[in-house]
Amino acid sequence: MSKKVLMKGNEAFAEAAIRGGCRYYFGYPITPQNEIPEYMSRELPKRDGYFIQAESELAAVYMAYGAGAAGGKVFITSSSPGIALMQEGFSFMCSAEVPTVALTVSRCGPGIGGIQPGQADYFQATRGGGNGDYKVPVFAPSNLQEGVDLVYESMDLTDKWRNPVFIFADGLLGQMMEPVVLPEQQKFVEPHEIRALKPWALTGYGDDDTKRNTIISLRIQPEDLEKHVEKIFKKYEQMEKELVRVETTGIEDADVVIVAFGTMARITKEAVEILAEQGIKTGLIRPISLWPFPYQAFDKITSKTKVVISAELSMGQMIQDVKLGVNGRFPVRLLSRTGGVVPASLEIAERTKKILEEMGG
Amino acid sequence: MNTCIDVPEKPFLNRLGRKTIITGHYGSGKTEFAVSLAMLLADEQNGNNSSDPTAQENRPPVLALIDLDIINPYFRSREQKDMLKDTGVAVYGSAFESESTAELPALSASVRAPLENHSCRVIIDTGGNDAGALVLNQFSKYFKDDETTVFAVVNANRPETSDINSAIEHINAIEFITGLNISCIVNNTNLLRETTINDILVGHEFCKKICELTGKHFLCDCYPAGIINPEELSGLSNNLMPLGLYMRPTWLDK
Repeated sequence: MSKKVLMKGNEAFAEAAIRGGCRYYFGYPITPQNEIPEYMSRELPKRDGYFIQAESELAAVYMAYGAGAAGGKVFITSSSPGIALMQEGFSFMCSAEVPTVALTVSRCGPGIGGIQPGQADYFQATRGGGNGDYKVPVFAPSNLQEGVDLVYESMDLTDKWRNPVFIFADGLLGQMMEPVVLPEQQKFVEPHEIRALKPWALTGYGDDDTKRNTIISLRIQPEDLEKHVEKIFKKYEQMEKELVRVETTGIEDADVVIVAFGTMARITKEAVEILAEQGIKTGLIRPISLWPFPYQAFDKITSKTKVVISAELSMGQMIQDVKLGVNGRFPVRLLSRTGGVVPASLEIAERTKKILEEMGG
Repeated sequence: MNTCIDVPEKPFLNRLGRKTIITGHYGSGKTEFAVSLAMLLADEQNGNNSSDPTAQENRPPVLALIDLDIINPYFRSREQKDMLKDTGVAVYGSAFESESTAELPALSASVRAPLENHSCRVIIDTGGNDAGALVLNQFSKYFKDDETTVFAVVNANRPETSDINSAIEHINAIEFITGLNISCIVNNTNLLRETTINDILVGHEFCKKICELTGKHFLCDCYPAGIINPEELSGLSNNLMPLGLYMRPTWLDK
């Protein structure tokens, strides 16, 4: 195992992608993720990789589409408004079954909004803004080590599923410093090795001069398109079985259960301790995969619980999935701050107490 | 102004000029060092007694921190403005004083006030690397006297300064772009709350080697207060500087 080093979130995500085999990065600057393209521009050329600063996020996502279609290991990043511009590309890549790993270091909105952290891109990440029937696995780390591990693993998952994989890191995760252990360097795939590893990739005619692959997202005949969409949805069904990730603590016999992800989950952990000191038993469900969402985790909530709270840095987006998970068994309430305001743990504890009081607890 | 600060248990403070510039690699801990140094000097100045902020508001500051970090969007020293002000440290920085979260590389003209006030001791916190130090050129006329000292903060646990040559390259780059001579090296080798005694000891030798190769002075060894017991570092003489982790909310370590 390598030595622990102190890294900034954005640097750690970039290094994890390279170590996971990323050889191609395309990006366009936007705060608070600028350290990633800066890191990639410095490190990838030194390590036999390629960095291109695109002229826009739209250009970046289509460069990823091209490089991914050619069998390259690709990583792209942006932040909320930039990810909005990339949505069309995610839909195309899902349709064409082209792998890429995309990461957002999300900030607050709507519009240009501000540069402070936010989670109001939950819908953007889990529902997407591209057209058509498609889904993208979304992982939301809550510390840098988890972020490093998820980016690293996603470089393989995207190839395994032939589908983009998305990492949702809020601005605080991108900007904070933490000790991390970096994983070992995966071997870069050389161009001549791609045909054997990815027989579907666009590698030209090859030696036998008989077969050339095509990758398209256009299917004119309705029956053809229906068949194709059904095929990729079979894949999504399997993803829903295999990719659910969740951390749960203290759910059994909890007075109240809080659901939170990313940075909000970390603050909530301290709030749980504060509430415990006051005799309030608080459970925590921390979805790590936002899609597929860990609905099954809610089955463990017992009848002692008076209310389930969705704690978010948004006006309430994940709460829709929380309600699906709760399935009418408990009242669901929202605890939120938005606009880039990050609540202190004490505020979360106080507001949780108030909600409990309103429930007669 | 007599720039010599004579604190027996912290002899390294003697090396501070009236204007002390804190530079270093990105993420080396410059801001924590700058804020902790300001708090330490404020304590010395206040004789460890609580100050009277009301009285201070009516006279020019004698201790100031200038935040010249215009490259980081989060975790900037001006975010601790209220805490510093309460301790008697005036904070200068963004032209958009009330908008500490704005991403605007606009410095207030008032930044020059403590630089021109010969009764004011100033700590200048810069952004990381040569890119972050570049802004110093805008104020170069204030740094050409013998009242100015420049420190470089080094964390040997940062991947890009984890070998001696890379660390020296960063120091050289900062000197090249600013035209300033870095006089002292600060050992801030840490892993935040996971810092061990060994991290500090390894960093000490690392920074001593940098000093040996560059002819610079070794200033001090930093340790995270409340995490490392300074008595366990007694072998490092008494050039120990406690850092307060002021910039790090407690929930980050849950």
